[in-house]
Amino acid sequence: MNRRVLLAGLAAVALTGPAQAARPVELLNVSYDPTREMYRDYDALFAREWKARTGQTVRVRQSHGGSGKQARAVIDGLEADVVTLGLAYDIDEIAARAKLLPADWQTRLPNNSTPYYSTIVFLVRKGNPKRIRDWGDLIRSDVKVITPNPKTSGGARWNYLAAWGWARQTLGSDDKARDFVTKLYRNVPILDSGARGATTTFVQRRQGDVLITWENEGFLAQKAFGRGQFEVVAPSISIRAEPPVAVVDAVAKKKGTTKVAEAYLRGLYSPAAQALVARHGYRPVSAQALARSPVRFPAIRMLTIADFGGWSKAQAVHFANGGEFDRIFSAAKR
Amino acid sequence: MLPGFGLTLGFSVAWLTIIILLPLSAVFLRTLGMGWDQFVATALSERALAAYRLSFGAALAAGVINLFAGLLVAWVLVRTDFPGKRLVSALVDLPFALPTAVAGIALTALYAPNGPVGALLEPVGIELAFNPAGVVIALIFVGLPFVVRTVEPVLADLGSDIEEAAESLGATKLQTFRRVVLPAVTPALLTGFALAFARGVGEYGSVIFIAGNMPFVSEIAPLLIVTQLEEYDYAGATAIATVMLCISFALLLVINLLQALARRRGG
Repeated sequence: MNRRVLLAGLAAVALTGPAQAARPVELLNVSYDPTREMYRDYDALFAREWKARTGQTVRVRQSHGGSGKQARAVIDGLEADVVTLGLAYDIDEIAARAKLLPADWQTRLPNNSTPYYSTIVFLVRKGNPKRIRDWGDLIRSDVKVITPNPKTSGGARWNYLAAWGWARQTLGSDDKARDFVTKLYRNVPILDSGARGATTTFVQRRQGDVLITWENEGFLAQKAFGRGQFEVVAPSISIRAEPPVAVVDAVAKKKGTTKVAEAYLRGLYSPAAQALVARHGYRPVSAQALARSPVRFPAIRMLTIADFGGWSKAQAVHFANGGEFDRIFSAAKR
Repeated sequence: MLPGFGLTLGFSVAWLTIIILLPLSAVFLRTLGMGWDQFVATALSERALAAYRLSFGAALAAGVINLFAGLLVAWVLVRTDFPGKRLVSALVDLPFALPTAVAGIALTALYAPNGPVGALLEPVGIELAFNPAGVVIALIFVGLPFVVRTVEPVLADLGSDIEEAAESLGATKLQTFRRVVLPAVTPALLTGFALAFARGVGEYGSVIFIAGNMPFVSEIAPLLIVTQLEEYDYAGATAIATVMLCISFALLLVINLLQALARRRGG
C-alpha cells in the first residue's frame, strides 16, 4: 500500500518536475496548534527530497493556531495550498462554505487522508497520587479534571467523545453516557478555550488532578516540563483522533502549486516521514514505522468518529447550540 | 462661524461614518439575517444573560475601583515630587502597551492558588483566580491608565493655589477636597471611568486566562462570541455583539449625560 502511494507520488513528480524545476516554489501549510514542532522537521525533509528529485527549491511556510480558527481563516481567504487540521469537520466546513475543495476530499489519500493519528489519554501528576486508572475514576468527588471547552477547541471534542464512547460501551446506553459525562464536567473547575491553554493550566498553574489530552501533547508535556513530574495513563477505551490533511484545490490551482502540494501530502506516508511523525509522538499509520518507533505507544482499544455517525452528526448532536454539551451545563446549573 | 467649519464638520462626519458606523452597521446587518426567535434563543438565552451580567458587572466594579485608585494615583503624580516619579508615571501607561494576553498570563501566574499572591490567600479561603473576582482583577489592570491619564491634566491645570486659597479661607482638608477639587475633576473622572468601563466590557485577551470560563459562572460575553464563531455561526456571534453594543451605548450615553450635568454644576 505504502509503496504504491509513494510510486504514484514519484510518477506525478516525474511528469511535471522538469518543467517547473527552474523556479523556486512556496507552499503555505495551514495547520493546528500541536503540530508546530513536527512540521518544522517534515518541511525540511520534504524540501531536501523535492530538491533531489526535481532540482526545484521549495519553501514551506507554516501557520498554526486553533483548528477551527485556522479553518475560518482559510474560508475567509487565507491562501493555504494545503490544510492539515485537527479534525475532519473543519476541512468539511472549508469544502461546504468556501467550495475550495470537493466534498469527498477525504477519499483522496489513504486512511481517510490521515497519515498519522493520535488518541486521548490522561496526564496525571508524579506517582499518580489520586490513583486514576480509567474514565470511571474521573467522576469521583475527590478528583478535579482539566479539559478545554469542546465548543471552542477541536481537541476537546475528541476528549468529550472518548469519554462518551467509554461510558456508552461500559455502562450500556446513551442515557447512562450522558449522565456520566455530566458528572465528569461537574468535576471540571476551569474550562480553557484551547488545548494548549488547558495544558498550561494543568502543568504550570498546577490546577486539577488529571488532564485529558492528546497522546502526543501528553508526551510533549512530559518532555518539556520537568522530567518525571507527570505520568501518562492510558484508559481502557479511547478514540482514534484523526487529524486529516488535504490540498486546497482552488488555491493550489490558482498558484500553480497543485503538483508540489500533492507530493507534499503524499510524502507524509513515506517511510522517512512516518518515522519522523512517530518521533514527535504521533502514531504513524504504517505498521513498520509503529513497530520501530522509539516512542512507546500503549495498546488502547480505540473507537472512531464513525461510531458517532461521522463528524456532521456528532457536531449536530453534541456540540451545536442547544446540543448535549450545552444541556450538560444547563443541567449542572439547576 | 469658524472658517472652514463646513469642511471640517463634513470631514468629521465622513470619517466617523467610515471608521465607526460602517463596521457597526455590518454587525447589525448580519444580525438581521436571523429570525427573531433565533435571535432570542441565541442572544437572550439564560447563558448569554449570565455572560452579560458578568461582563458588565465586572467592568462596572473594576471601573468604580479604578475611579478611586486612579484619582489617588493622579493626585500623587501631580501634587507631589519624589525621586523616580517619571518612572512611576511611565509605569502607569504600561497596561496600555502590554499585549493583553501577556497581562492575563502574568496575572494568572500571580493569583493562581500556586502563585506568590494566590498561595498567601488560599489558607484564608480567598480565591482570586478562576472565578469572577479574577475577571475584575484583570479589568482593574487594563482600566487604570484611562482614569489616571484623563484626570491628571485637569488636576495639573487646577493648580495647588486654589487648594491653598480654600485652606486660607478656613476650609478643612476634607472640605477643600469635596467642595473645590472634586467638582473640578468630576467630568474628567467620569470620562476616565467611561473609557475604563468600555474597555472592560470588550476585553477578551487578559480575562480569558484568569476567568476559568465556566458557563453561567465565569464566562464573559466576548468568549461567548468566540464560541459562536467556532461553530461557524456568524449570525449568532453578531447577535450577542448587537446586544452588547446596545447596552454599552445606553450606558455610555448615561455617563455622558452625568458628565454634562457635572460640568454645568462644577463649571
